[in-house]
Amino acid sequence: MAQRTVTVASASGLHARPAKLFVQEAVRLGVPVRIRAGERTVPATSMLGVLSLGAVQGTEVTLESDAPGAGEALDTLAALLSRDLDAGEALDA
Amino acid sequence: MPDPDRPDRGTSVAGPGPRSLMGLGVSPGRSAGPLIRMAGPPALPAPRAVADPAAEVATIAKALEAVVTDLRRRAGETTDATAAEILDALAMMADDPMLREEAEQHVHDGHDAPHALDTAFTRHRETLAALGGYLAERAADLDDLRHRAVAAALGLPMPGVPSPGHPYVLVAEDLSPADTAGLGGEVRALVTSLGGPTSHTAILARGRGLPAVVACVGILDVPDGTVVSVDGGTGEIGLGLTPEAAAEVVDGDRLERERLAASGGPGRTADDHPVKLLLNIGSAADLRPNCEGVGLFRTEFLFLDRRQAPGFEEQVAAYAEVFAATGHVVVRTLDAGTDKPLPFLGLPAEPNPALGVRGLRVDRVLPAVLDTQLDAIAEAARVTGTAPWVMAPMVTTVAEAAGFAGRARSRGITRVGVMVEVPAAALQARELLAEVDFLSIGTNDLSQYTFAADRQHSGLADLLDPRQPALLRLIAMCAEAGRAAGKPVGVCGEAAGDPLLAPILVGLGVTSLSMAAVRVPAVRDELARHTLDECRRLAGG
Repeated sequence: MAQRTVTVASASGLHARPAKLFVQEAVRLGVPVRIRAGERTVPATSMLGVLSLGAVQGTEVTLESDAPGAGEALDTLAALLSRDLDAGEALDA
Repeated sequence: MPDPDRPDRGTSVAGPGPRSLMGLGVSPGRSAGPLIRMAGPPALPAPRAVADPAAEVATIAKALEAVVTDLRRRAGETTDATAAEILDALAMMADDPMLREEAEQHVHDGHDAPHALDTAFTRHRETLAALGGYLAERAADLDDLRHRAVAAALGLPMPGVPSPGHPYVLVAEDLSPADTAGLGGEVRALVTSLGGPTSHTAILARGRGLPAVVACVGILDVPDGTVVSVDGGTGEIGLGLTPEAAAEVVDGDRLERERLAASGGPGRTADDHPVKLLLNIGSAADLRPNCEGVGLFRTEFLFLDRRQAPGFEEQVAAYAEVFAATGHVVVRTLDAGTDKPLPFLGLPAEPNPALGVRGLRVDRVLPAVLDTQLDAIAEAARVTGTAPWVMAPMVTTVAEAAGFAGRARSRGITRVGVMVEVPAAALQARELLAEVDFLSIGTNDLSQYTFAADRQHSGLADLLDPRQPALLRLIAMCAEAGRAAGKPVGVCGEAAGDPLLAPILVGLGVTSLSMAAVRVPAVRDELARHTLDECRRLAGG
């Protein structure tokens, strides 16, 4: 099973706009990926699941996938989480 | 005062009903048409036995798809970027694979589609609510999605603003930003049972020139399809009109608007006492040809979405565009605070934002922001060869006014004023005018602080009514101080654009009224019907 562990960089955590961008990317990649924070593991394509992780800025999350050749997708998603997705954008309501 | 025409809530509609209801008129104009209530949350029928699980699963897929499609369509249609982002995020929640799988699982456990959807949404709602903070607020989003999905599964109309295919009067408890994003051209007038003069519904209606009445108790008890008339000035709702009477109201309003639109010229009373009618603007785009000037240039509107402070050069360009286009401009320096955040200020959250660091008080923590802005205003004035008036928001003490005036004048700004939004400032109007050249009264905040009533509070609309005597007395004190000093005192809050209030304000001694451009014609017309003496009598003087 491929894994990447990364720290959430966005100022607003994995909520609002960053959560939306992350889930959109996971859907676009089309590779089954799970995201884990603490005890909770949810599909990366689930907006409600990702929100329910309650990940704030600095929370360590793990991305994992059993799919063959998932490494690239995991890298892409990990890179996304390690960027401040709020920066330079209008604040989410 | 007991009103025999007003029904108790929940009484049967049998027998002779009321002929009219009263609310608070917040957007002038008259209209009439069949009333349609915004569909509320669907009621769940009793569970039924599931004979064909595959059909229930298909119903779930179709219902969720309908919700997602509707939200995406509305996101695509709105011109408001924030609203579009919110609608998109809602669509993603409704499109959630976990949610759909859970609902399908409930079907396999023996539940029908509406109940399966209800259970799945409710579980996710509880999860988010338990997390607290920002996520708990999203729980309300899930309620909204649940109502939509369950309605779709039951074949009921989608909750939200209806589009029946003909003009109608929209009735609701209150309208949310998401509702108003979907408001189409079929809506002739708005009536809500909650809301106040500064509620979202009121501001939206005025912006569109739609007649609107808020805080109308009893309107939700009027059956759908009843033909009603709406007077957005007086707040009266006529019930049970004939189609002929309704057509007469609509025609009368059209003629009245045409007559007003054709009128022009400077504001004056019937006996030619001049009252400047000025515009409230957020940028040069809000200017209108032939206006008498700008009474409130809200500079913060230029920078609402910035993460970085706007630079000197950029500010000079934005101000110069407005100064060059019109003769008389009153610039208000940045009006922001934790209740009205500008991201680039980076102000920390406060427990009580309306009573915290806002308006000129931001200068206590970030003095460079005002210095740069005053430099930019002075430079824009120099470049355009104009002499803008400059005022500060949320001034409370004479010392604050003096400090602000000193900083503005040291840059060559010749007309310096302050806004009166805090009772403490109104009580010291005379002392303030010893330091500055003019006052501008912001009635929305002055009401809020005088009556200790949150201006967004839907249950306190009567306290926020600008006709409240205590508010009028504070305005009179300012106007009297202005008369004594020979200095102008204007009003730039919502009250200034109310045609019924304009003669009273003038009678109190106010020298200019500043309002949204759409409100100028009706105010001009009403003022021209009264002599200055009549205005004074209306003001009780």
